[in-house]
Amino acid sequence: MAKIQGAVTVDTERCKGCELCVAACPSHVLGMSSKVNSKGYHYSEMVNAEACIGCASCGHVCPDACISVYKVKLQ
Amino acid sequence: MTPEEIIKPENLVYGRTKVLTDNIMHYCPGCSHGVIHKLIAEVIEEMGIQDTTVGVSPVGCSVFAYNYLDIDWQEAAHGRACAVATAIKRLNPETNVFTYQGDGDMAAIGTAETIHACNRGENIVIFFVNNAIYGMTGGQMAPTTLIGMKTVTCPYGRNTDLNGFPLVISDILAKLDGTCYVTRQSVHTNAATIKAKKAIRKAFENAQAKKGTSVVEFVSACNTGWKKTPIEANAWMEEHMFPKYPLGDIKDTVKGSQLSDEEKNAKY
Repeated sequence: MAKIQGAVTVDTERCKGCELCVAACPSHVLGMSSKVNSKGYHYSEMVNAEACIGCASCGHVCPDACISVYKVKLQ
Repeated sequence: MTPEEIIKPENLVYGRTKVLTDNIMHYCPGCSHGVIHKLIAEVIEEMGIQDTTVGVSPVGCSVFAYNYLDIDWQEAAHGRACAVATAIKRLNPETNVFTYQGDGDMAAIGTAETIHACNRGENIVIFFVNNAIYGMTGGQMAPTTLIGMKTVTCPYGRNTDLNGFPLVISDILAKLDGTCYVTRQSVHTNAATIKAKKAIRKAFENAQAKKGTSVVEFVSACNTGWKKTPIEANAWMEEHMFPKYPLGDIKDTVKGSQLSDEEKNAKY
């Protein structure tokens, strides 16, 4: 069976650090960065990148539409 | 593979819809309004109706909704969105008209306009965001505030002797003959957003097929007004809001899709 690996990008300037994506991720991929963006929000980032399955749960619940999800099938 | 190898345009499975503008939303972090705006924008993009859609924005937190969706908008006076939408739809029958209202706008000051628009069966879509509080003005009691729920203007909890009972307006609208589809959705989880998106699409299809008024209520969280973190607010909503405002279709006079496949292909 083909294995799936995903990755997400976060528009860090748009992120408001609500942490809904962190709670929504079934694979515990996302976490909050220790850095802040220009508005002072801690933005979310991938902290456990290899666990991402590209399910887009984070993207669906993001109120600010700042998450893009990418997915590949590994042969 | 490393994330850098995966992050390429051809591997994109979910991204920001082009119907949303580049403006950063003014909503508080974690506000459900952002998700609902995004879902409406995604449905508009999928249906290819960006050029013919007119939104009517209310007074309330979502008063600046016209800044965030790249469609035609009309700002209505407080509570009068359904009346304005009626006029737009009747004068321009080819447009897809929706109103986007909160509980203070639709269930308090605009109750008359809402009920009469639904009773006339106007072919519009009403999006109703119910967070049981007046968010924009600082968290006062709304008609939909739960019994015992604390707000700025009922600091000891809503007392039915003094403040009456929560108004379940979607159930009232479902009783009217003019409505064809009344549903209650939420956007707090991945699964809920997918269901909510289907409901939004069905509502637009109903309006295009002239079936009557469609009402989509979103039970949503106001983490700032409720004095909680976004995640706590969603948990509180599941525990307290859903028993009073249960999710699901309240009324659906036309099961399934309104349009045949040929009609869909022709239209979109």
